[in-house]
Amino acid sequence: MYDLIIIGAGPAGITAAVYAARKRLSILVITGNIGGQTAWSGDIENYTGYQFISGPDLAAKFEEHMRQYNIALKENESATAIKKNGDVIMVTTNMGSYESRSLIIASGKRTRDLNIPGEREYKNKGLTYCATCDGPLFSEKYVAVIGGGNSALDAALQLVNIASKVYIINNVSSLGGDAIMREKLESNSKVVIFNNSQVKAVLGEKFVKSIKILSPGGEIELPAQGVFVEIGLMPNSEFAQDLEKNKAGEIKVSSCNETSIPGIFAAGDVTDVPEKQIIIAAGEGAKAALNVFRYLSQHKFQDA
Amino acid sequence: MAKVLVYSTPTCPWCIRVKQFLTDNKIGFENYDVSADQAKAEEMIQKSGQMGVPVVEIDGTIIVGFDKERIKSTLGL
Repeated sequence: MYDLIIIGAGPAGITAAVYAARKRLSILVITGNIGGQTAWSGDIENYTGYQFISGPDLAAKFEEHMRQYNIALKENESATAIKKNGDVIMVTTNMGSYESRSLIIASGKRTRDLNIPGEREYKNKGLTYCATCDGPLFSEKYVAVIGGGNSALDAALQLVNIASKVYIINNVSSLGGDAIMREKLESNSKVVIFNNSQVKAVLGEKFVKSIKILSPGGEIELPAQGVFVEIGLMPNSEFAQDLEKNKAGEIKVSSCNETSIPGIFAAGDVTDVPEKQIIIAAGEGAKAALNVFRYLSQHKFQDA
Repeated sequence: MAKVLVYSTPTCPWCIRVKQFLTDNKIGFENYDVSADQAKAEEMIQKSGQMGVPVVEIDGTIIVGFDKERIKSTLGL
Protein backbone atom coordinates (compact mmCIF):
# COMPACT_ATOMS: atom_id res chain seq x y z
CA MET A 1 0.00 0.00 0.00
CA TYR A 2 1.40 3.35 -1.09
CA ASP A 3 0.79 6.66 0.66
CA LEU A 4 0.16 8.26 -2.72
CA ILE A 5 -0.39 7.18 -6.30
CA ILE A 6 -0.01 9.80 -9.02
CA ILE A 7 -1.57 9.15 -12.41
CA GLY A 8 0.28 11.09 -15.11
CA ALA A 9 3.78 12.54 -15.44
CA GLY A 10 3.37 15.88 -17.14
CA PRO A 11 4.19 19.12 -15.29
CA ALA A 12 1.41 18.55 -12.73
CA GLY A 13 2.21 14.90 -11.96
CA ILE A 14 5.97 15.39 -11.84
CA THR A 15 5.77 18.46 -9.60
CA ALA A 16 3.37 16.62 -7.29
CA ALA A 17 5.83 13.69 -7.16
CA VAL A 18 8.75 15.98 -6.26
CA TYR A 19 6.78 17.73 -3.51
CA ALA A 20 5.45 14.45 -2.10
CA ALA A 21 8.91 12.84 -2.20
CA ARG A 22 10.27 15.74 -0.16
CA LYS A 23 7.56 14.98 2.43
CA ARG A 24 8.93 11.41 2.47
CA LEU A 25 5.70 9.83 1.28
CA SER A 26 5.87 6.47 -0.46
CA ILE A 27 4.84 7.19 -4.02
CA LEU A 28 3.95 5.35 -7.19
CA VAL A 29 3.71 7.26 -10.49
CA ILE A 30 1.72 5.57 -13.26
CA THR A 31 1.95 7.13 -16.70
CA GLY A 32 1.82 6.45 -20.42
CA ASN A 33 4.70 8.80 -21.14
CA ILE A 34 6.87 11.32 -19.34
CA GLY A 35 6.44 15.01 -20.07
CA GLY A 36 2.86 14.97 -21.32
CA GLN A 37 1.92 17.79 -23.69
CA THR A 38 5.07 19.70 -22.68
CA ALA A 39 7.15 17.18 -24.59
CA TRP A 40 5.13 18.03 -27.70
CA SER A 41 5.37 21.77 -27.33
CA GLY A 42 7.56 23.90 -29.54
CA ASP A 43 9.29 26.89 -28.04
CA ILE A 44 8.41 27.92 -24.49
CA GLU A 45 9.13 31.51 -23.51
CA ASN A 46 6.90 31.94 -20.46
CA TYR A 47 8.13 29.40 -17.92
CA THR A 48 9.74 31.52 -15.21
CA GLY A 49 13.49 31.10 -15.01
CA TYR A 50 13.82 30.21 -18.69
CA GLN A 51 13.66 33.04 -21.17
CA PHE A 52 13.63 30.36 -23.82
CA ILE A 53 13.49 26.57 -23.66
CA SER A 54 12.10 23.96 -26.05
CA GLY A 55 9.27 21.69 -24.92
CA PRO A 56 11.36 18.51 -25.07
CA ASP A 57 14.17 20.17 -23.09
CA LEU A 58 11.83 21.36 -20.36
CA ALA A 59 10.22 17.91 -20.21
CA ALA A 60 13.68 16.34 -19.91
CA LYS A 61 14.49 18.70 -17.02
CA PHE A 62 11.24 17.77 -15.29
CA GLU A 63 12.09 14.09 -15.65
CA GLU A 64 15.63 14.57 -14.39
CA HIS A 65 14.30 16.44 -11.35
CA MET A 66 11.82 13.65 -10.52
CA ARG A 67 14.48 10.95 -10.91
CA GLN A 68 16.59 12.64 -8.18
CA TYR A 69 14.15 11.08 -5.73
CA ASN A 70 13.31 7.50 -4.94
CA ILE A 71 9.96 7.31 -6.70
CA ALA A 72 8.46 4.09 -8.06
CA LEU A 73 7.56 4.67 -11.70
CA LYS A 74 5.44 2.63 -14.11
CA GLU A 75 5.88 3.92 -17.66
CA ASN A 76 3.82 2.88 -20.69
CA GLU A 77 0.97 2.04 -18.35
CA SER A 78 -2.44 3.67 -18.24
CA ALA A 79 -5.16 3.71 -15.63
CA THR A 80 -8.44 2.09 -16.61
CA ALA A 81 -10.43 2.42 -13.38
CA ILE A 82 -10.27 3.81 -9.86
CA LYS A 83 -12.31 2.68 -6.90
CA LYS A 84 -12.41 3.65 -3.25
CA ASN A 85 -13.34 0.98 -0.70
CA GLY A 86 -13.32 2.27 2.88
CA ASP A 87 -9.99 4.07 3.13
CA VAL A 88 -8.27 2.13 0.36
CA ILE A 89 -8.05 3.56 -3.14
CA MET A 90 -7.55 0.95 -5.83
CA VAL A 91 -6.09 1.96 -9.19
CA THR A 92 -6.50 -0.56 -12.00
CA THR A 93 -4.33 -0.25 -15.11
CA ASN A 94 -3.84 -2.19 -18.32
CA MET A 95 -1.05 -4.07 -16.51
CA GLY A 96 -2.24 -4.61 -12.94
CA SER A 97 -3.74 -2.98 -9.89
CA TYR A 98 -2.30 -0.95 -7.03
CA GLU A 99 -3.50 0.25 -3.62
CA SER A 100 -2.96 3.58 -1.99
CA ARG A 101 -4.22 5.82 0.79
CA SER A 102 -4.47 8.81 -1.53
CA LEU A 103 -4.47 9.62 -5.23
CA ILE A 104 -3.61 12.56 -7.45
CA ILE A 105 -5.03 12.44 -10.97
CA ALA A 106 -2.79 14.48 -13.27
CA SER A 107 -3.51 12.66 -16.51
CA GLY A 108 -3.78 15.78 -18.66
CA LYS A 109 -5.35 16.10 -22.06
CA ARG A 110 -4.93 14.51 -25.47
CA THR A 111 -5.72 15.61 -29.00
CA ARG A 112 -9.34 15.08 -29.92
CA ASP A 113 -10.06 12.44 -32.57
CA LEU A 114 -12.41 12.90 -35.53
CA ASN A 115 -14.03 9.47 -35.09
CA ILE A 116 -14.66 8.99 -38.78
CA PRO A 117 -13.87 6.17 -41.23
CA GLY A 118 -10.24 6.20 -42.36
CA GLU A 119 -8.90 8.12 -39.38
CA ARG A 120 -7.22 5.16 -37.72
CA GLU A 121 -6.08 3.50 -40.97
CA TYR A 122 -4.36 6.62 -42.27
CA LYS A 123 -2.79 7.87 -39.05
CA ASN A 124 0.82 8.74 -39.97
CA LYS A 125 -0.02 7.81 -43.56
CA GLY A 126 -0.99 11.33 -44.44
CA LEU A 127 -3.19 12.00 -41.42
CA THR A 128 -1.45 13.71 -38.53
CA TYR A 129 -2.12 15.66 -35.37
CA CYS A 130 1.13 17.66 -35.46
CA ALA A 131 1.61 20.23 -38.22
CA THR A 132 4.83 21.41 -36.63
CA CYS A 133 6.29 17.90 -36.83
CA ASP A 134 5.01 16.50 -40.08
CA GLY A 135 4.05 19.59 -42.10
CA PRO A 136 7.38 19.82 -43.95
CA LEU A 137 6.72 16.44 -45.58
CA PHE A 138 3.88 17.89 -47.65
CA SER A 139 5.90 20.20 -49.82
CA GLU A 140 3.95 21.17 -52.99
CA LYS A 141 1.08 18.85 -52.02
CA TYR A 142 -2.63 19.43 -51.37
CA VAL A 143 -3.48 19.40 -47.67
CA ALA A 144 -6.58 19.82 -45.51
CA VAL A 145 -6.71 21.28 -42.02
CA ILE A 146 -9.66 20.12 -39.96
CA GLY A 147 -10.79 22.69 -37.40
CA GLY A 148 -11.42 26.42 -37.12
CA GLY A 149 -9.83 27.53 -33.84
CA ASN A 150 -6.41 28.97 -33.08
CA SER A 151 -4.53 25.68 -33.35
CA ALA A 152 -6.12 25.01 -36.76
CA LEU A 153 -5.26 28.51 -38.00
CA ASP A 154 -1.72 28.12 -36.70
CA ALA A 155 -1.36 24.82 -38.57
CA ALA A 156 -2.80 26.35 -41.76
CA LEU A 157 -0.41 29.30 -41.57
CA GLN A 158 2.54 26.93 -41.27
CA LEU A 159 1.25 24.90 -44.20
CA VAL A 160 0.71 27.79 -46.66
CA ASN A 161 4.49 28.13 -46.80
CA ILE A 162 4.92 24.46 -47.66
CA ALA A 163 1.92 23.04 -49.51
CA SER A 164 0.48 24.15 -52.85
CA LYS A 165 -3.15 24.15 -51.63
CA VAL A 166 -4.59 24.37 -48.12
CA TYR A 167 -8.23 23.50 -47.46
CA ILE A 168 -9.67 24.49 -44.11
CA ILE A 169 -12.69 22.46 -43.03
CA ASN A 170 -14.57 24.30 -40.30
CA ASN A 171 -17.81 22.99 -38.82
CA VAL A 172 -19.28 26.37 -37.81
CA SER A 173 -20.25 29.45 -39.86
CA SER A 174 -16.95 31.34 -39.58
CA LEU A 175 -13.39 30.78 -38.42
CA GLY A 176 -12.58 31.46 -34.78
CA GLY A 177 -9.12 32.28 -33.48
CA ASP A 178 -7.17 35.52 -33.68
CA ALA A 179 -8.31 38.09 -36.24
CA ILE A 180 -4.79 38.67 -37.51
CA MET A 181 -4.30 34.97 -38.33
CA ARG A 182 -7.74 34.73 -39.92
CA GLU A 183 -7.10 37.70 -42.20
CA LYS A 184 -3.77 36.29 -43.34
CA LEU A 185 -5.44 33.05 -44.38
CA GLU A 186 -8.50 34.64 -45.97
CA SER A 187 -6.29 36.78 -48.20
CA ASN A 188 -4.01 33.90 -49.26
CA SER A 189 -4.78 32.53 -52.72
CA LYS A 190 -3.62 29.02 -51.76
CA VAL A 191 -6.30 28.78 -49.07
CA VAL A 192 -9.87 27.59 -49.57
CA ILE A 193 -12.15 27.73 -46.53
CA PHE A 194 -15.20 25.48 -46.16
CA ASN A 195 -17.45 26.75 -43.37
CA ASN A 196 -20.44 24.84 -41.96
CA SER A 197 -18.75 21.67 -43.19
CA GLN A 198 -17.97 18.28 -41.65
CA VAL A 199 -15.40 15.72 -42.66
CA LYS A 200 -17.13 12.41 -43.31
CA ALA A 201 -14.24 10.13 -44.31
CA VAL A 202 -10.54 9.96 -45.09
CA LEU A 203 -9.91 8.02 -48.30
CA GLY A 204 -6.85 6.58 -49.99
CA GLU A 205 -4.89 3.47 -50.81
CA LYS A 206 -1.59 3.04 -48.99
CA PHE A 207 -1.59 6.76 -48.17
CA VAL A 208 -4.25 9.43 -47.99
CA LYS A 209 -5.55 10.63 -51.35
CA SER A 210 -8.66 12.59 -50.52
CA ILE A 211 -11.27 13.51 -47.94
CA LYS A 212 -15.01 13.46 -48.21
CA ILE A 213 -16.78 16.46 -46.70
CA LEU A 214 -20.38 17.47 -46.25
CA SER A 215 -20.77 21.19 -46.91
CA PRO A 216 -23.94 23.27 -47.38
CA GLY A 217 -23.61 22.68 -51.13
CA GLY A 218 -23.65 18.90 -50.70
CA GLU A 219 -21.07 16.15 -50.45
CA ILE A 220 -17.67 16.96 -51.96
CA GLU A 221 -14.51 14.90 -52.37
CA LEU A 222 -11.37 17.03 -52.05
CA PRO A 223 -7.98 15.78 -53.20
CA ALA A 224 -5.53 15.92 -50.28
CA GLN A 225 -2.33 14.02 -49.52
CA GLY A 226 -2.13 15.48 -46.04
CA VAL A 227 -4.86 15.79 -43.38
CA PHE A 228 -4.10 17.81 -40.26
CA VAL A 229 -6.52 17.26 -37.40
CA GLU A 230 -6.70 20.33 -35.15
CA ILE A 231 -10.01 20.12 -33.32
CA GLY A 232 -8.76 20.74 -29.84
CA LEU A 233 -8.06 18.62 -26.78
CA MET A 234 -10.01 16.36 -24.49
CA PRO A 235 -9.32 15.42 -20.85
CA ASN A 236 -7.99 11.95 -20.01
CA SER A 237 -10.65 11.45 -17.38
CA GLU A 238 -12.71 8.49 -18.63
CA PHE A 239 -11.27 6.09 -16.03
CA ALA A 240 -12.39 8.37 -13.18
CA GLN A 241 -16.02 7.33 -13.50
CA ASP A 242 -17.26 8.18 -10.02
CA LEU A 243 -15.86 11.72 -9.86
CA GLU A 244 -17.81 14.88 -10.56
CA LYS A 245 -16.87 16.48 -13.88
CA ASN A 246 -17.95 19.49 -15.90
CA LYS A 247 -19.54 19.33 -19.37
CA ALA A 248 -16.14 19.16 -21.05
CA GLY A 249 -15.29 16.07 -18.99
CA GLU A 250 -12.80 17.93 -16.80
CA ILE A 251 -12.62 16.78 -13.18
CA LYS A 252 -14.08 19.37 -10.80
CA VAL A 253 -11.67 20.41 -8.06
CA SER A 254 -11.75 22.74 -5.07
CA SER A 255 -9.07 25.39 -4.57
CA CYS A 256 -7.27 22.70 -2.53
CA ASN A 257 -7.39 20.24 -5.49
CA GLU A 258 -9.96 18.01 -3.78
CA THR A 259 -12.33 16.06 -6.03
CA SER A 260 -15.80 14.88 -5.05
CA ILE A 261 -14.27 11.85 -3.28
CA PRO A 262 -12.13 12.47 -0.16
CA GLY A 263 -8.55 11.25 -0.60
CA ILE A 264 -8.72 11.65 -4.37
CA PHE A 265 -7.16 14.86 -5.66
CA ALA A 266 -6.60 16.13 -9.19
CA ALA A 267 -4.29 18.69 -10.78
CA GLY A 268 -3.42 20.30 -14.09
CA ASP A 269 -5.14 20.18 -17.47
CA VAL A 270 -7.41 17.26 -16.59
CA THR A 271 -9.20 19.50 -14.06
CA ASP A 272 -11.59 22.42 -14.46
CA VAL A 273 -8.91 24.88 -13.28
CA PRO A 274 -9.08 27.96 -15.51
CA GLU A 275 -6.11 28.46 -17.89
CA LYS A 276 -4.13 25.52 -19.17
CA GLN A 277 -0.47 26.45 -18.93
CA ILE A 278 2.67 24.47 -18.04
CA ILE A 279 3.45 26.71 -15.12
CA ILE A 280 -0.11 26.56 -13.82
CA ALA A 281 -0.19 22.75 -14.10
CA ALA A 282 3.11 22.59 -12.19
CA GLY A 283 1.77 24.90 -9.48
CA GLU A 284 -1.44 22.90 -9.20
CA GLY A 285 0.62 19.71 -8.84
CA ALA A 286 2.56 21.23 -5.96
CA LYS A 287 -0.63 22.39 -4.28
CA ALA A 288 -2.24 18.97 -4.69
CA ALA A 289 0.76 17.21 -3.10
CA LEU A 290 0.76 19.55 -0.11
CA ASN A 291 -2.95 19.00 0.37
CA VAL A 292 -2.45 15.23 0.14
CA PHE A 293 0.18 15.51 2.86
CA ARG A 294 -2.27 17.43 5.04
CA TYR A 295 -5.02 14.88 4.34
CA LEU A 296 -2.75 11.94 5.23
CA SER A 297 -1.65 13.53 8.50
CA GLN A 298 -5.12 14.61 9.58
CA HIS A 299 -7.33 11.77 8.39
CA LYS A 300 -7.97 8.89 10.80
CA PHE A 301 -7.55 5.78 8.66
CA GLN A 302 -9.81 2.84 9.60
CA ASP A 303 -7.08 0.22 9.28
CA ALA A 304 -4.37 2.26 11.02
CA MET B 1 29.60 0.00 -34.76
CA ALA B 2 25.99 0.15 -35.90
CA LYS B 3 25.09 2.34 -38.85
CA VAL B 4 22.44 4.76 -37.63
CA LEU B 5 20.33 7.05 -39.83
CA VAL B 6 17.83 9.60 -38.53
CA TYR B 7 15.11 11.04 -40.77
CA SER B 8 13.79 14.18 -39.12
CA THR B 9 12.48 17.72 -39.48
CA PRO B 10 14.07 20.62 -37.61
CA THR B 11 10.75 21.59 -35.99
CA CYS B 12 9.56 18.33 -34.46
CA PRO B 13 10.11 18.01 -30.70
CA TRP B 14 10.60 14.22 -30.76
CA CYS B 15 13.24 14.55 -33.49
CA ILE B 16 15.22 16.80 -31.19
CA ARG B 17 14.88 14.28 -28.37
CA VAL B 18 15.88 11.27 -30.41
CA LYS B 19 19.02 13.05 -31.65
CA GLN B 20 19.81 14.18 -28.11
CA PHE B 21 19.37 10.62 -26.86
CA LEU B 22 21.81 9.24 -29.46
CA THR B 23 24.33 11.98 -28.72
CA ASP B 24 24.07 11.38 -24.95
CA ASN B 25 24.78 7.71 -25.56
CA LYS B 26 27.72 8.54 -27.82
CA ILE B 27 26.09 6.94 -30.87
CA GLY B 28 27.24 8.47 -34.14
CA PHE B 29 24.44 8.99 -36.68
CA GLU B 30 23.69 10.59 -39.99
CA ASN B 31 20.76 13.02 -39.97
CA TYR B 32 18.55 13.65 -42.99
CA ASP B 33 16.36 16.75 -42.89
CA VAL B 34 13.32 15.50 -44.80
CA SER B 35 11.78 18.99 -44.89
CA ALA B 36 14.64 20.14 -47.14
CA ASP B 37 15.55 16.90 -48.92
CA GLN B 38 12.61 15.59 -50.95
CA ALA B 39 14.49 12.49 -52.12
CA LYS B 40 15.24 11.48 -48.53
CA ALA B 41 11.61 12.17 -47.59
CA GLU B 42 10.49 9.71 -50.30
CA GLU B 43 13.09 7.22 -49.10
CA MET B 44 11.81 7.49 -45.53
CA ILE B 45 8.19 6.96 -46.61
CA GLN B 46 9.25 3.99 -48.76
CA LYS B 47 11.25 2.36 -45.96
CA SER B 48 8.85 2.98 -43.08
CA GLY B 49 5.54 2.80 -44.93
CA GLN B 50 4.35 5.95 -43.18
CA MET B 51 4.89 9.70 -43.09
CA GLY B 52 5.54 10.55 -39.43
CA VAL B 53 8.90 11.75 -38.15
CA PRO B 54 11.30 10.87 -36.64
CA VAL B 55 12.29 7.59 -38.26
CA VAL B 56 15.46 5.88 -37.03
CA GLU B 57 17.22 3.19 -39.03
CA ILE B 58 19.73 1.03 -37.18
CA ASP B 59 21.58 -1.44 -39.44
CA GLY B 60 18.46 -1.81 -41.57
CA THR B 61 15.96 -1.99 -38.71
CA ILE B 62 13.32 0.74 -38.98
CA ILE B 63 11.98 2.35 -35.81
CA VAL B 64 9.18 4.91 -36.11
CA GLY B 65 8.98 7.64 -33.45
CA PHE B 66 11.17 8.14 -30.39
CA ASP B 67 10.78 4.59 -29.10
CA LYS B 68 13.53 4.70 -26.50
CA GLU B 69 13.25 1.06 -25.46
CA ARG B 70 13.42 -0.30 -29.02
CA ILE B 71 16.30 1.98 -29.92
CA LYS B 72 18.17 0.82 -26.83
CA SER B 73 17.57 -2.89 -27.44
CA THR B 74 18.41 -2.62 -31.15
CA LEU B 75 21.66 -0.86 -30.30
CA GLY B 76 22.35 -3.26 -27.42
CA LEU B 77 22.56 -0.45 -24.86
